[in-house]
Amino acid sequence: MSSPTGAPGIDHVDERLLRTTPLKKLLARPELGSVVGAVAVFVFFAVVADSFLKPSSLGTVLYAASTIGIMAVPVALLMIGGEFDLSAGVLVTSSALVSSMFSYQMTANVWVGVGVSLLVTLAIGVFNGFMLTRTKLPSFIITLGTFLMLTGLNLGLTKLISGTVSTKTIADMEGFSSARKLFASQLTIGGVEFKVTILWWLGLVALATWILLRTRFGNWIFAVGGGADAARAVGVPVYRTKIGLYMGVAFCAWISGQHLLLSFDVVQSGEGVGNELIYIIAAVIGGCLITGGYGSAIGSAVGALIFGMTSKGIVYAEWNPDWFKFFLGAMLLLATLLNAWIRKRVEATK
Amino acid sequence: MTRLRTGGVRAVVGAVLALALTGALAGCSSTGGKRAEDARKAAEAQGRAAVDTPRWTVAMVTHSGDGDTFWDIVQKGAKQAAAKDNINFLYAHSDEAQQQAQLIDSYVAKGVDGLIVTLAKPDAMKAAVEKAVKAGIPVITVNSGAEQSKAYGALTHIGQDETVAGEAVGEELDKRGKKKALCVLHEQGNVGHEQRCAGTKKTFGGELVNLYVDGTNMPDVKASIEAKLQSDKDVDAVVTLGAPFADAAVQAAKSAGSKAEIDTFDLNAKVATALQAGTLGFAVDQQPYLQGYEAVDLIWLYRYNANVLGGGKPVLTGPQIITKDDAAKLVEYAERGTR
Repeated sequence: MSSPTGAPGIDHVDERLLRTTPLKKLLARPELGSVVGAVAVFVFFAVVADSFLKPSSLGTVLYAASTIGIMAVPVALLMIGGEFDLSAGVLVTSSALVSSMFSYQMTANVWVGVGVSLLVTLAIGVFNGFMLTRTKLPSFIITLGTFLMLTGLNLGLTKLISGTVSTKTIADMEGFSSARKLFASQLTIGGVEFKVTILWWLGLVALATWILLRTRFGNWIFAVGGGADAARAVGVPVYRTKIGLYMGVAFCAWISGQHLLLSFDVVQSGEGVGNELIYIIAAVIGGCLITGGYGSAIGSAVGALIFGMTSKGIVYAEWNPDWFKFFLGAMLLLATLLNAWIRKRVEATK
Repeated sequence: MTRLRTGGVRAVVGAVLALALTGALAGCSSTGGKRAEDARKAAEAQGRAAVDTPRWTVAMVTHSGDGDTFWDIVQKGAKQAAAKDNINFLYAHSDEAQQQAQLIDSYVAKGVDGLIVTLAKPDAMKAAVEKAVKAGIPVITVNSGAEQSKAYGALTHIGQDETVAGEAVGEELDKRGKKKALCVLHEQGNVGHEQRCAGTKKTFGGELVNLYVDGTNMPDVKASIEAKLQSDKDVDAVVTLGAPFADAAVQAAKSAGSKAEIDTFDLNAKVATALQAGTLGFAVDQQPYLQGYEAVDLIWLYRYNANVLGGGKPVLTGPQIITKDDAAKLVEYAERGTR
C-alpha cells in the first residue's frame, strides 16, 4: 500500500507500474510459440506440396483441424485448470452412440436422441469432476478409469442393444436432416466447401477466450490451475470450477459426437480411442502448461491447425506417412521447449 | 455443501430419465427406427440343436480388436452353427499377439473339444497351436494363416487369401476401365491390408497408390481421402479395405468434387444399400459368416465322422464380387448382421 521508498539516488518503482514494450507483451502470450510453429508448417508445406495452397485444400485442412480443435478448446481450459481428461476421446463416441441408439430404439425423433445425449454426456462430465473433487485422486487416474469404463460400455451396450458392433442407420428417421444441418452441413463460399464444424470451432474458441480473459470464472480457472490451495484461500470455489471444466469437455464432446453421428449416420462403437491424446497434444503445442495455470484457447486452436496442416500436408506432399507420428512428436517437443524458453526469457526480463 | 452437489448429480440423472420418458412418449419418429425393424421381422426363428451328439465345447480365439464389425459377423456364423450342432461355443480375442497365444493356452488347459484360431501373427501362435494339437484337440485355422496352417498341424484352413482377393479387385478395376486407383489402408502395419493392396497392384493394369489413414478417427479418414483426391485429379477409383470406410470415401469424393468410383472390401448394411443405389461401384466379400459357420461345423464333422475338408488345401470363402445386381437380395441379410 505504501509507496516504495528507495534509497536516495536510486529510482525504485513498483514492478507493476513498469512500462512494458509491445514486444514484451507479445512475447508473454502463451500461444506465441505455436503461432511461429504454425507459420513455419504452413510455409513448409506451401513450398513442398503443390496442391496445399489451393482453396479447396484450405477447406479440407480446416475441416481436419476443426474436428480436433472443437475438443482441444475445453481440454486446454481443463489443462489451464490443472487437470487432465483421458476419457475425452471415447466420450465423443459415447455421445454419438447414445443419441443414435436412443432415437433408434425408441423410434423417437432424432432431435430427442440428440437432447438425451447432451444430458447423458454432461452427466459423465459431472461424474468425472465429482469423482475428482470427492476422492482427491489425480485426474489422470479418475479419467483413465472413465476412459476404460466408457470404452467397455460403448462396445458392450451397443452390442447388447443393437446386436452388432455398430449402430443401425437413422438416416431415414424424422429430424435427421434438420439435425444434420446444424451439426454436419457444409457452406459453399466462393466455390469452396467449408464444413459447419469450422464455425462451431471458431465460436467455441471465441467463447472460451472470452470466458478466460473477461469473466470471473476465467480468473478462477487460472487460479485453480496455478495453485488450488492459494485459490481456495482467497475464496475461489475450486470444486465448482473443476466440475464446470469437466462439463465443458463433455459439452464439446457432445458437439463432436453429434457431428460424427450425423455426418456418417452410423457409428462404430470402437472408435475414438487414442484421440484424447491428440486433443492434449494440440493444447500443449498451443502453449498450455502440463502443470496448469498457463495457456490459452486461441493457442489450442493454433495447435489443432498445426495438427490439421501436418496430417493433410503429408498427404498433399505425397510422402510416406510412416513418418507422420515422428513428425508430430518432434513438433510437440519443439513447441514445448520453445514455450518454456520464451517463458523463462519473459520472467527474467520482468 | 457436499449434499448440495450430490443433489446436483441427482438432478441431472433425474432430468435424463425424465427427458428419456417424455422423448419416448412425445417425440416419436414415424419413419425408421426399431419399430420399423420389428415390423420387418416377425419373430426370428431361434436356433435349436438339430443333432443329438454330446455337448462338445468349441473355442475360437481371434486377433480382432475391440468392436470390429467383421469379427462380429464371424461370431454370428459360428454361433448359428454351434446352436445347430449342439456345441457350447466360446469366444475370446486380442489384437496383441502375445495375449492371443495366452488365450489359446488357457483353452487348451481347459480341455476344449475343438479350437478355432486365426494366424494373423503366425510365429507368435506356433507354440500354442502345436501344444493344442499335441493335446489331441482338433484345430482349424480361419481367416489368416493359410500358409502356416498345415505345418502347425491344423486340420484345415478356412478363409480368403488376401492376395487373391486383391487380385480380384485389380481385375474388376481393369474391367471397369480404371486408370489410377487409390488403396485406402486404415491400419498401419496390418499384413493382411498390405497383401490386399499388393494383390490389387499385381493384376491392375493402371497405377495404384496406397493411402494410409487413421481408422479410429472417421472425420480424419474422410479428410485424408479428400486431401488426396484434391491433390491428385487423375484418381478415378478409390478402394477402401473395410466396409465402414466406404461411406467416408463417398463423402470425401463428393466434397473434393472428384468423379472417382468408390469400391470396397467387405460388406455391411450400408455398403449393400449404397451398392443398390449406385453410389458404390462394387464390393468384394470374403463372407465372414461362412468362416465362423464352417469352422464350427467342420469341428463337429471331424468329431462325429472324422471328416476333413479341403484335402490339405485351404477352403476359400471368397472373394465374391458384389455389384448392384446382387446387392438387392443382400441388404436384408446385411441389416441383420450376417452378411
